Amino acid sequence: MSALVKSSLARKWVMALSGLFLVVFLTQHFTINITSVIAPDTFNEWSHFMGYNPLVQFILQPILIAGVIVHFIMGIVLEIRNNKARPIKYKRFDGNSNSTWVSRNMIYTGAVVLAFLGLHFYDFWIHEIDYKYITVGVEDPTRYIEELREKFVDPVRTWIYVGSFVLLALHLWHGFNSSFQSMGVKSVKQGDGFRKFTYAWAILIPAGFVFIALYHHFNHIAA
Amino acid sequence: MKLNLKIWRQEGPKVKGKLVDYPLDGVDGDMSFLEMMDILNEKLINEGDIPVEFDHDCREGICGSCNMMINGEPHGPQKLTTTCQLHMRKFSDGDTITIEPWRAKAFPVIKDLIVDRSAFDRIQQAGGYISVNTSGNTQDANSIPIEKSKADEAFWSATCIGCGACVAACKNASAMLFTSAKISQFALLPQGELEATERVEAMVRQMDEEGFGNCSNTGACMVECPKGIKLENIARMNREYLKAEVVG
Ligand code: HEM
Ligand code: SF4
Ligand code: FES
Repeated sequence: MSALVKSSLARKWVMALSGLFLVVFLTQHFTINITSVIAPDTFNEWSHFMGYNPLVQFILQPILIAGVIVHFIMGIVLEIRNNKARPIKYKRFDGNSNSTWVSRNMIYTGAVVLAFLGLHFYDFWIHEIDYKYITVGVEDPTRYIEELREKFVDPVRTWIYVGSFVLLALHLWHGFNSSFQSMGVKSVKQGDGFRKFTYAWAILIPAGFVFIALYHHFNHIAA
Repeated sequence: MKLNLKIWRQEGPKVKGKLVDYPLDGVDGDMSFLEMMDILNEKLINEGDIPVEFDHDCREGICGSCNMMINGEPHGPQKLTTTCQLHMRKFSDGDTITIEPWRAKAFPVIKDLIVDRSAFDRIQQAGGYISVNTSGNTQDANSIPIEKSKADEAFWSATCIGCGACVAACKNASAMLFTSAKISQFALLPQGELEATERVEAMVRQMDEEGFGNCSNTGACMVECPKGIKLENIARMNREYLKAEVVG
């Protein structure tokens, strides 16, 4: 078992599985958020469910937080180890001739996403904890949509949000497809269709989040 | 043509090295890159200087020893080509060409452009073999029917010449393309089945011990590999490894 944790291939598996887990989570998160545009009542209903269901709160949420932590800690560990594997750098290195910028800079796109997650936690999660357990606000199943809209009033916040999702898209452009390679899925036989799906997902889901943010922001300006 | 060469000079493993400028005239487009290096070295010897040390043997793309980082790419700008098979017509008059050794903790510089690639030998020795009884009763390999596609794939994996360009190209100095090719050439064949579990475990363990980096799936190795060894090998190694660890 200890050999397993120390092995480079096991680290690849951990990176891929935690990354994929986050991909699944992001899909679910998007599904809920998009209702804030098309069906605000549903958004309230689902948000309330997510906020007060003990299974979600005390089982799924800790798993999610653990998943994020495992993923970025492992990302940082790998970055350090990989740097050590080449202590003396090349004077001239032409990475662009053989690989994409995003594939070589996952740690930077990831770091921006991590910074954003910090802000996101502060914005929504700390607020929720405070509302539910500290100042103990009344259980109000209709408050969520207004709270969400308020968050996108500030243009600076909105544009930070948009920028972060652009970087997440870059992270996933490489990461989503890459995770299948890490898990040894037969890329040759699986053909190009699957690859295309991962690229489409990497663009469309973050673009969807950007759309939601901008929709609420400009709706507010219009109102 | 006239070239401005910038070549890494380093007297020994523990000595600090540096890039040194060497202007070189009279280079012909039909020369191979190594012939160009020979001309430079003759000039250096005639001038009483110490020639640039570089590895080479076959000069026909099969031994994997002519390793140089040329303008930031292993084996230079032409794909599927070793340095010895690269011709100077790929360059233009007046070009500056930077030549460095492979850079990896596991490939320490011996002198100038020569690095110690014995880490690859140790990975191979850890499990890159099959145990066959050679007492004279050896079964003919062809008596076991093997699917053509499998045989081809195993053959392609076996064409790896162990040059280390994959490590040199990888931003993490990862040896996974090499190791996975050496694992695949057996994993694909029934002859390799018996030792499959120990093989993948031992070779991956050795690869890690040598201090190579992890794989980020950038694919740089495959693009720079002079033999076109495919990334699919790494995926196969990851599968084999999981099988070995989980099923045993
Ligand atoms: C918390 C901030 C994050 C950091 C610091 C981070 C860092 C990284 C790094 C460094 C890698 C490359 C691993 C390697 O080269 O072996 C990576 C891969 C990946 N990341 Fe992230 N990431 C973060 C957030 C996310 C999020 C939010 C998602 C998805 C919604 C995600 C999905 C992925 C996927 C799918 C991979 C590919 C795994 C593989 O190739 O095996 N990451 N991440
Ligand atoms: S996989 Fe390709 S680049 Fe790597 S050692 Fe083998 S032949 Fe050289
Ligand atoms: S000298 Fe043998 S491969 Fe180039």
